[in-house]
Amino acid sequence: MTIKKIRRETSTELERQLQSEASDLKALVDAGNFGEALRVITRLNEVRDKTLYQEVGRLTRSLHEAIRNFHIDTQGPRANEEILSIDDASDRLGYVVDMTNKAANRTLDLVEEGMPIATRMREEANGIKAEWARFRRREMKPDEFRDLSNRMEVFLEQISADSNKVYGNLSDILLAQDFQDLTGQVIKKVIGLVKEVEENLVNLVVMAGKVDMVAGFVHDDIQQKDESERGEGPQIHAQQREDVVSGQDDVDDLLSSLGF
Amino acid sequence: MRILVVDDFSTMRRIIKNLLRDLGFTNADEADDGSTALPMLQTGKYDFLVTDWNMPGMTGIDLLRAVRADENLKSLPVLMVTAEAKRDQIVAAAQAGVNGYVVKPFTAAVLKEKIEKIFERIGT
Repeated sequence: MTIKKIRRETSTELERQLQSEASDLKALVDAGNFGEALRVITRLNEVRDKTLYQEVGRLTRSLHEAIRNFHIDTQGPRANEEILSIDDASDRLGYVVDMTNKAANRTLDLVEEGMPIATRMREEANGIKAEWARFRRREMKPDEFRDLSNRMEVFLEQISADSNKVYGNLSDILLAQDFQDLTGQVIKKVIGLVKEVEENLVNLVVMAGKVDMVAGFVHDDIQQKDESERGEGPQIHAQQREDVVSGQDDVDDLLSSLGF
Repeated sequence: MRILVVDDFSTMRRIIKNLLRDLGFTNADEADDGSTALPMLQTGKYDFLVTDWNMPGMTGIDLLRAVRADENLKSLPVLMVTAEAKRDQIVAAAQAGVNGYVVKPFTAAVLKEKIEKIFERIGT
C-alpha cells in the first residue's frame, strides 16, 4: 500500500513530462521534423537521468540513515569494537537456549531422582498392606507379627525421610521455572529489535523500488522452492491455518482417512 | 525390545526415554539426527524407532525413507514424534511408510496409545 503510494508520487514528474512531450513528439515525427523530434527525445532522457540521480541520491542518504539505525559504525574509531545489535540479539537468544536447556535438564534430573523413591514407597506399602491383611484375618503367627511391626517402623521412618527428599525436589523444580521470567524479558527485547529491523528493511525496499521504477529495471520473480519437507517447527497459529492440523485428533483423523 | 530415540534436543530424548521406561521399555538408546541413527539401526540391534522430523543433518523423513529402502530394515516399526503439523507433511510421512505420527506437544497417554496400537497391529 505505502510502497505503491510512494512510487506514484515519484513517478509523477517524469510521467507528466512524458505525457506532455509524447504528443509533441508524435506531431513532429508525423510532420517529418526529425531534428526537433530527436531534441525532444534527448530532453526526455535528461529528465529521466536527473530523476534517476535524485532517486539514487535519496537512496544513498536513506541507506546511510538505515545503517545508522542499525547502530553499525562503519568508519569511526570504534568500528571494530562496535557491538552490533544483531550480534547482541544472537547472543541473547543463545542465552535463552542455554537457560531453557539448563532448566529442562535440572527439572528432568529432579524428576528422575524422585520417581524411584515413589516406586519404592509404593512397593513397600503394597507389601505391608498384604501382610497387614493377613494379620487382620488372624493368619499371622506372633513372631511373624513381630517382623511386620519392625518392618512398619522402618517403613514409617523411610517415608518421613523420602517425603522430605521428594518435597525438596518439588521445591527445586519450582525454582527451576525462574527461567521463564528471565528468558521472557530477553525474548521481548529481541522482538523489539526485530520489529525495528523490519521497519528499516521495508523502508529500504521502498527506496530500492523507486530506483527500479525510474531506471526501468524489471526483476524476475524469484521462484519459491517447495520447502514443505524441510520442516517448520511448531505452528504458532495452527487454528487459523487450513493446511495445518490443530492437534493429535486432527492427525488421527487425517491418518484414518488415509487408511491407517 | 530395544528402541532407538532420535531427536536433536537432548531434553526431548530424555522425556521420551522416561515415558518409554514408564511403559515398560527400559532398553532405549539415543541419536541426535538421521545420519547418526542410520548406522546404529543398520547394526540390526533395534526393534523400534522413534524419530523427530526436523533435525540438522539428516531429517526424520529422510531417515524413514532410508529405513524403508533398506532390505534389512524395511519392516522396522517407526513412530514419528514431531512439531511438524502440516497436512502435506503428515501425508508424506504416511506415504513414506510411517507406522504412527504424534504431534508435539504430546501427552504420555497419547504416546502410550500410539505405541500400543503399533505393536497391536504388528502382532496380528
